[in-house]
Amino acid sequence: MKRAVWCCCLAVSIFLLVNPAHAQQAPASSTSVSTSPASTQVSKEVSDKLAQLDQRVTAAQAAGDNAWMLTSAALVLMMTGPGLALFYGGLVRRKNTLAIMMQSFAMMGLISVLWALVGYSLAFGGDGPFIGNFQFAFMRGVGMDPNVDYAGTIPHLTFMIYQMMFAVITPALITGATAERMKFSGTVLFMTLWFLLVYAPLAHMVWGKGGFLNAAGGRFPCLDFAGGTVVHISSGVSALVCALYMGKRIGFPKQPMPPHSLVLSFIGACLLWVGWFGFNAGSALAASGLASSAFVATHLGAAAAAMGWSAAEWLKNGKASALGAISGAVAGLVAITPAAGFVKPMPALAIGLVAGVACYLMVTKVKALFGYDDALDAFGVHGAGGTIGALLTGVFAQQIVNPIFGAGKPAGGLDGHWGQVGNQLVGVLIAWGLALVGTIVILKITDLLTGFRANEEAETEGLDISQHGEEAYYLDA
Amino acid sequence: MMKLEAIIQPSRFESVKDALREVGIEGMTVTEVRGHGRQKGHTEVYRGREYTVDLLPKIKLEMVLPDKLVNTVVDTILKTAKTGKIGDGKIFISRVEEAIRIRNEERGESAL
Repeated sequence: MKRAVWCCCLAVSIFLLVNPAHAQQAPASSTSVSTSPASTQVSKEVSDKLAQLDQRVTAAQAAGDNAWMLTSAALVLMMTGPGLALFYGGLVRRKNTLAIMMQSFAMMGLISVLWALVGYSLAFGGDGPFIGNFQFAFMRGVGMDPNVDYAGTIPHLTFMIYQMMFAVITPALITGATAERMKFSGTVLFMTLWFLLVYAPLAHMVWGKGGFLNAAGGRFPCLDFAGGTVVHISSGVSALVCALYMGKRIGFPKQPMPPHSLVLSFIGACLLWVGWFGFNAGSALAASGLASSAFVATHLGAAAAAMGWSAAEWLKNGKASALGAISGAVAGLVAITPAAGFVKPMPALAIGLVAGVACYLMVTKVKALFGYDDALDAFGVHGAGGTIGALLTGVFAQQIVNPIFGAGKPAGGLDGHWGQVGNQLVGVLIAWGLALVGTIVILKITDLLTGFRANEEAETEGLDISQHGEEAYYLDA
Repeated sequence: MMKLEAIIQPSRFESVKDALREVGIEGMTVTEVRGHGRQKGHTEVYRGREYTVDLLPKIKLEMVLPDKLVNTVVDTILKTAKTGKIGDGKIFISRVEEAIRIRNEERGESAL
């Protein structure tokens, strides 16, 4: 009899081992029938085994998450170098090629170091509403154990390095507006200050614990999955301010300044598209269904926008240009950035299409109307695309994709929560405001200390020679 | 000795070169140039901004010839470089004072 019970217990425990989910809903009751030492021993062994299995499953999930997140971090870095470097590099005149690439590359060095020293801490430390603290300065407390406030299944180091790549690319975007006339010394100083005074506070407000705009408990919860506000609006608006402050390039708009190599820009744009999967899908901070959803939304946003811009151009000019198509794709990627982890595929197409057409109009009509020299359309694509995307996120967010406000709680307009668009607007206005005011102040400081715009001779000669003592192409060598 | 400069359509260059080799021309200098006569350029559009491109790519051939070969070469070029459309190019002929071969310092027509 005892033996029969023992055999039953063994059979049941083998069943439980094979189906761990059942084990959570069926506690040890199946083994509590007999209290003899042998079955107590078995039940302890089973519990230990289950606990061990649980650990291993968790570890396996975490390994998957970490693998994806490290890959994503690499993809986002690739967006800066060589993605953005090539995209911008091809759009400028030959004599300024190295200068614009150097500005992106300099961010890879400068911002990385600043992030490790204080930047990460200012963005993600503490729990203040507007700025972090110094708890993580010099990477104190940033090790292999997860930071459960942000990403419970990956090492803190992974989360930190992933976020670093966002901090690197954001200031690099601004250089598109100041291209072909900004001093390198001014760039280094400006970007250092901008990173500390604009990026870090905004990142903290939207993504940091306790942040004023944080979706999880902020005063005005904003949905910004991967940085529509933090990255694109901030850099785009700052870019406009810089362009207005430093004035037009010599010869603009009469002198023709066509891109010197659309081949480079094309390659750069494609690298940006691929890298953006790390930017958006990686913002799920896990190798999860949400990452898949964000990945798909990102791709569809880019595709629809490329087609939208091309269609608008085809209708207007009779020809769809390569530059238009790649610009459209980038505009779509910008717009889908805040929305990627909140919207379903069809809304992603809609967001992309709207962004493609709207940014086309911004860059062709609006820029010509106001006459500012946003050389590479940093504002037209990132500022405008980011604003549109942020507002449309409020419209299209659905809790069935991401129950960000709690299980069953409506996320955005499609769920009936139209007030979210209002919250998005608050976030947009704060980003605009911080970028505007911050940039003006920093421009003044930079102008006083190092100067901001290259002098006439340096600009005419070309920044490659005047700022860096090099030529991009030594074709006779 | 005469210097002959011919500015021709890039698409005609290979035919002209082959034909000149057949009539015995052994030396020429070729450069890629931009320019225009009466030919209109074209318009390019970049992000909504229009540019008129009126400097068009051409090929310039230069050769120094003994007087007796000039007419043959002119006829050859006219035959092979012509498309009949505006933009075909021009031939200029000027007199040359002296020609010297650097290798052995030969002078005159035998240096050609």
